[in-house]
Parts: sequence; C-alpha cells; structure tokens
Amino acid sequence: MATERLAIIASKGTLDWAYPPLILASTAASLGIETAIFFTFYGLNVIHKEKMKQLKIAPVGNPGMPMAFPPSVKKTPVAGQLAGLMEAIFPGPPQLMGVIPGMTDFMTAMMKKTMKDHGVASVEELIELCKEADVKLIPCQMTMELFGYKYEDLIDGLEPPGGAATFINYVLEADKPMILFV
Amino acid sequence: MASVTADKTLDTSGLNCPLPVLKTKKALEELQPGQVLEVISTDPGSKADIPAFCQRTGHELVETVEEGGKYIFYIKKKG
Repeated sequence: MATERLAIIASKGTLDWAYPPLILASTAASLGIETAIFFTFYGLNVIHKEKMKQLKIAPVGNPGMPMAFPPSVKKTPVAGQLAGLMEAIFPGPPQLMGVIPGMTDFMTAMMKKTMKDHGVASVEELIELCKEADVKLIPCQMTMELFGYKYEDLIDGLEPPGGAATFINYVLEADKPMILFV
Repeated sequence: MASVTADKTLDTSGLNCPLPVLKTKKALEELQPGQVLEVISTDPGSKADIPAFCQRTGHELVETVEEGGKYIFYIKKKG
C-alpha cells in the first residue's frame, strides 16, 4: 500500500493556535495516515512542560475574536443577562480592553471554560491522543537553542530534535506527502 | 430505531470534534472483524466526519439514525 504522510508545522504558541495542529494530527493518524508535527518557534511552547500550562489567548491583535461567554455563565441569573447584553452590543472584546492588566488572563479563563462547556478536549488531552495514535512530535533543534529550551524541558515521548532537512526528508519519503503550515 | 444490532456501544454525547472520531477508532480496535459498533454523538460535525472516517479506513457504515439531537452510527468493522 502506498504510504501517506501528513506533516504539520506548528509555529504558534497561543491557546487557540495550539489546537489546529493537534486536532488535525490526531484525526489524520486515526484515519491511518502517518502523521508528524514539527514544533518550531512559539509552537515549542505547546510541548514545553511548564509553558504548555500557561498558553493564553489574547484579545489584542485578534479582531476576529467573538464576544462569547461560556454557556454555563449565560445560564446564571444576573451574570447571564449581563453577558447576553455584552454580546448584543459588542461584536468582540474592544481592542483597547486588551491592554488592561489581567485582561489576557481573564479572556483565557473564559475561553477555557467555554471550550470545556462545549466538550472540546484540552491541549494536554489532545497531545496524549496524538501520542497514543503514534503521531511523531518533533521539536525544532534551532529554535530550541534560540529560546534556550533543553530537551528535558519538553514533555516526554517526543522524537529527537530535528532540523529542516530531517523534516522535509521524512515527508518526502512517503508516496503521498502532505505538508500543512499552521 | 435501527435495523442492525450492535455488539458494542460508544456514547460520545457532549464531546466535540475530533473526540468522537478518535474514540470511534479506539473502540473499533477492540472489536472483531464483522462486529458492529454503535456510536452515539451529539456533535453535528460527526454527521459528516464519521462517514469520512469510514470511507478512509474501510469500515462499513451500515446505518445512520438521527433522533432527538443525537446522531447514531452503526459501523461494521472491516474484515
């Protein structure tokens, strides 16, 4: 059978951007496709033991972010009505609000709650699912050195750090190679 | 009501993409070829995703039932 390989380049280190590579990779692997994620630049934070717990979502510079409150908040009497009113008035969190200290943490907490209410898996869960499905998780050697991350700072179960050539070679060894940049 | 009987049931109610597909894959691993898995999902995305999963992996989607906001799939494990 012809081998199919999907390789995803994960370069972003925010909570929202941690999701697409992990969702696509775990799903592709469950469809029988050999799958790898190459974590480079801020994407390394997603597989960093400490930083993966502190991934955030930022309202600043993200005008596409909707004003959406967690369903569990909307069901509570007073806070729920207030949330409904806010959603009706503002299309998204005003950009200016993002500079208020603590706002990024607040938005992150809200997003995590919304995801949980909607039955969306956590980043940690998705990483475990990727590992179980034999997704190769490859940290980028160059950015590890750039950021001063050691191999032991990263989570267990990763492939050895690799460079661009290792990665491209891995992809092109397959009969049907695919690369996605996230 | 479905016309097929399932050997095993997987309830993914409340879970969202990609969990129903990933859990379906795992549940199928525990079945023998020819046995039928019943998958219950509340994720509207699974309506398209479960058939796509079956098409890629070669398992047979025998029947799909939609009732009361739930999608129920009957998947026969490939031989």
